Amino acid sequence: MADEHALVPHPLDEAAIEQCVAQALAAFDAAGTLDELKAARLAHTGDKAPIVLANRQIKELDKDQKKEAGKLLGTARGRIQKSLAARTEVLEAEHAAKVLVEETVDVTAAPRRRPLGARHPITRLQEKVVDVFTSMGWEVAEGPELESEWFNFDALNFAPDHPAREMQDTFFVEPSEAHLVLRTHTSPVQIRALLNKELPVYVLAPGKVFRTDELDATHLPAFHQFEGLAVDKGLTMADLKGTLEHFARQMFGPAAAIRLRPSFFPFTEPSAEMDVWHPGAKGGPQWIEWGGCGMVNPNVLAAAGIKDPEYTGFAFGMGVERTLMFRNDVPDMRDMIEGDIRFSTQFGMEV
Amino acid sequence: MRIPLSWIREYTQFPADGTAEDLMAELVRVGLEEEEVHTNGLSGPIVVGEVLEKTPEPQSNGKTINWCQVRVVAKGHTQTLTGDGIDPSGVQGVVCGADNFEVGDKVVVTLPGSVLPGDFRIAARKTYGHVSAGMIASVKELGIGEDHDGILVLGTLGLDPEPGTDALELLGLSDSAAEINVTPDRGYAFSIRGVAREYSHATGTDFTDPAHQVTPLQDGSPGHPVVLNDDAPIYGIPGCDTFVARSVTGVDASAPTPPWMAARLRLAGIRPISLAVDISNYVMWELGQPLHFYDAEKLNGPIQVRRSAPGEKLTTLDDKQRALNTEDLVIADDRGAIGLAGVMGGASTEVSEATSTVLIEAAHFDPISVSRTRRRHKLPSEAAKRNERGVDPLLPTTAAQRAVDLLVQLAGGTDTGEVTHVGDPITPETIALDPSLPERIVGVPYGAQQVTEALTAVGCAIQAQDNGMLSVTPPSWRPDLTIPESLVEEIARLVGYDTIPSRLPVAPAGRGLTEAQQRRRTVFTGLAAAGFTEVLTYPFYSVEANQLFGRANGAEELPMVRLANPIASQFPTLRTTLLPGILDSLRRNVSRGFTDVALFEAGSVFRPDGKMGSEEIPGLGFYPGDDVIEELRAGIPHQPLHLAVAVSGQEPVDNVGGPGRARDWADAVEAARKVAQLLGVELDVLQGEHQAFHPGRTAQLQLKGELVGYAGELHPKVAEQQDLPARTSVMELDLGTLIAAATGQTIAEPISTFPPTTQDVALIVDEAVTAGELRQTLTEGAGDLLESVELFDVYSGEGIGEGKKSMAFALRFRAADRTLTAEEASAARSDAVALTGERHGALQRG
Repeated sequence: MADEHALVPHPLDEAAIEQCVAQALAAFDAAGTLDELKAARLAHTGDKAPIVLANRQIKELDKDQKKEAGKLLGTARGRIQKSLAARTEVLEAEHAAKVLVEETVDVTAAPRRRPLGARHPITRLQEKVVDVFTSMGWEVAEGPELESEWFNFDALNFAPDHPAREMQDTFFVEPSEAHLVLRTHTSPVQIRALLNKELPVYVLAPGKVFRTDELDATHLPAFHQFEGLAVDKGLTMADLKGTLEHFARQMFGPAAAIRLRPSFFPFTEPSAEMDVWHPGAKGGPQWIEWGGCGMVNPNVLAAAGIKDPEYTGFAFGMGVERTLMFRNDVPDMRDMIEGDIRFSTQFGMEV
Repeated sequence: MRIPLSWIREYTQFPADGTAEDLMAELVRVGLEEEEVHTNGLSGPIVVGEVLEKTPEPQSNGKTINWCQVRVVAKGHTQTLTGDGIDPSGVQGVVCGADNFEVGDKVVVTLPGSVLPGDFRIAARKTYGHVSAGMIASVKELGIGEDHDGILVLGTLGLDPEPGTDALELLGLSDSAAEINVTPDRGYAFSIRGVAREYSHATGTDFTDPAHQVTPLQDGSPGHPVVLNDDAPIYGIPGCDTFVARSVTGVDASAPTPPWMAARLRLAGIRPISLAVDISNYVMWELGQPLHFYDAEKLNGPIQVRRSAPGEKLTTLDDKQRALNTEDLVIADDRGAIGLAGVMGGASTEVSEATSTVLIEAAHFDPISVSRTRRRHKLPSEAAKRNERGVDPLLPTTAAQRAVDLLVQLAGGTDTGEVTHVGDPITPETIALDPSLPERIVGVPYGAQQVTEALTAVGCAIQAQDNGMLSVTPPSWRPDLTIPESLVEEIARLVGYDTIPSRLPVAPAGRGLTEAQQRRRTVFTGLAAAGFTEVLTYPFYSVEANQLFGRANGAEELPMVRLANPIASQFPTLRTTLLPGILDSLRRNVSRGFTDVALFEAGSVFRPDGKMGSEEIPGLGFYPGDDVIEELRAGIPHQPLHLAVAVSGQEPVDNVGGPGRARDWADAVEAARKVAQLLGVELDVLQGEHQAFHPGRTAQLQLKGELVGYAGELHPKVAEQQDLPARTSVMELDLGTLIAAATGQTIAEPISTFPPTTQDVALIVDEAVTAGELRQTLTEGAGDLLESVELFDVYSGEGIGEGKKSMAFALRFRAADRTLTAEEASAARSDAVALTGERHGALQRG
């Protein structure tokens, strides 16, 4: 072949030129890689290629011969270039496809980079409860965890020597003359909201509360509650029940219901325990004790300076931990306070 | 409160086949919550037997057993019971280890097929060479005493039943009890009398008031003198407003308590002690009136009810000597205090087996006085429980008579016919009820008749007034009925809470979450998305934990809130910082095998700042005034909202993608920056110092020059002492302050579409100069064209000089209105470099 290449055809030797073209085309076709094609290209279109050398000889021909030779060689070179371009395209495409194949990875081996963290289900559940009520036009009220005894007890109609006050299992602060306690419920926020806001008042107060309970599967000395309070003209226990029912359905599905049982709390009269019908309860649908509620005792309204008898109100309170326990089947409350990442992580960002 | 079923049946229509569960299901509807069922745990054929033969058989182990023949059917009858091991002849062969019975005695035989407490099943079995078909029961096995070897000989109880009689019925042991929870307003329900009434409310059936079954003696002769002499009433209420005393002579205090009474008391949760004591407890349980019995011969002179004298002491029935408080109301005689009124009697006048004349006290005491004494002396007695919740002040006469009757009937006593009755009982006041109020509060259109019926059923007297109002006088046993709304509750619960309809009220348009509430959520969600797991920890710390983490320097004062009654004595203070709690969680995770951890917690810390509380607090039921409220608020210690993070281990962890990266101080700093970014506030990170942190790896976090927190690596010693992984890093900041600074809306900057020009600069400075300082100076010096400054290299060593380091920054310039020329950028850079030279002695490298 090298010898044949070396044979430069005469610019007017049509057969020889045709042979050069044929050789070039054959060489391109034979190239299996871009590298081989490059070699073929240099051999057949480079400075030393017979057809290129033949082209150079045109200038030595007569004038009318020049024209014929130019046409002959021009066509031949055009065919070679076209073939080269076509072959290049094919080989480039093959190469690109091959690279992609080579770059294939095992996607199941993808390394973990930055794992997501997680929200604590207690705080997330509180937010969810808040969202139910803010969507009804209620607002969120807050108060301090270390509270004056007046807000925690007296203003809520707990008489100083009444057994109800003692049943709160209160953490007292030194010195006792300071009359400070860790709030035993979120109810003092009722008074704060009534003092801070114009009537009517519709507020939800989530927060941390404290009781001197020994730690066990269903008791924590520090836990969370949410408290609801509505004071408006003409509110009745029917409004209380309707509100609780709406809330229960948001939390436990459309089949949820509320049952009230007579009870006693110093700050409500009448008072009730509320049970929720939990359609998705572990072990089948059932009534579950959920919290306390009632109509705001007139003494509580009086403590907040509300005298107009047209205003009545209702209040309710539930434990967040307890709600989480039976809503999400948490068997042991201690899991909520130990900070084991597995506990929060199983919930992720939702609850 | 436990209610033996046989007892409640006496006064209500509760069906004979009704169970404790049935009773509780009815009572819960009127507000008496169910708790538990109590039984004696005995069932099956347990009958009276007569011992026909008793043959002692000494055993090789030194013990002697008795091989007995016991007739368990009436004489001349045959056995009607059938079953494995029951002899058709009516005579059972039984081996018995005890010896305190004789041939001819009537005993209790647990026949094969019966079950004793603890699921102990009786069957015929081979023992000591005989087939023992049953057991002669001891008092312990029957649950009516402690003596295991003491066979119950029925004669000792004064019983002589036919053999074959059902012993469970005979001894009241087939009964069971329902335990209910009584709310603190319903003192009257701590009695069979009160619960029977509630049962009739719940079911609409008849009820017999046990108090009406007693006929108190009228016009008795004067009894033991009693003087009510309270010179220091609490809140102006006399400590004792009624005192009734009766006496019974010739009492046989050693007579046995009848089995039915002992059985009821036991089911009620009261241990039978002696006949006299059992009678006083029985009357208390039945009527709700606590009684006290004195041995009349041990009394010295008239009884006085008075406040304790200074320095006075009393030995109570539990044999404890108590130093009395001058506020304690005592029962006294000429020699001094003989009882804590309404709480517990004294030892010196206690009834004993030798007592023959009993003086019965039935009195009504001020609940507050009783409550304070009970708490002061930590004496939670059944009497105090009732007295503090309020006992019917008209009951003492009746209860005393009931006790007299029982002492006469069961203890062979004689009523002396003497009656002491002093004082003037305080009964509930009449309430004016607007008949429309129940509907306005409950939302149920009660008819006038329903209102009247319900109030009458609970015992109220009602009078209609000309102005349409109702005058309602609550019964003497309902001191809790004080306001119209309390009457409304009675109407609502008697008609039934289940009749209350459901209506969803429409609140006025709300404003949603406040800015601060929204921003808090943004921070929590942002941190969780950034890889931190939220935890909640206890706020109770040791003093040492607060002192180590709660202040930067041991010399600073750290005010703390101290609990009077901590859960654990080693954790008496409230947290001033979140770090000990979050580190505790981190340590727990590591110990459970999770070493790569990033945690966060947000919560209040307690930072008392001057005034602690208020010495005086207002009372109940009135608005104390703006000034007083302001005073109360001012006394509440500062409780800022803090946020903390703690990290250890790697992120990412070693994996197929390459080696992991160890978390360090920079992750803590980065967490602080993230919080600032989530809130849109500028947080300055400066070199800082904190005793719990690594001295060279601590950042002080500042917000506009104000210290708001720390971030960095824990001091290696602290990490080691606290058993935490090396290089554990933490951050804590005052989230509330950051959030307050964040409120405000962003004003958007125009976005320049012109290309940036980047120029690098390397500066040689003393080791002590920080990147933060240089960055700050470069920013200031470069002027408005500067878009950003990024540190990309720090180098020290060869060519730099001892004690020096080189820091390389990339400065990025951009103009809002044109493409910058290289000259403009260079000029700005030169200005920036010049300022670092001036301020930090920085030299440009290379």
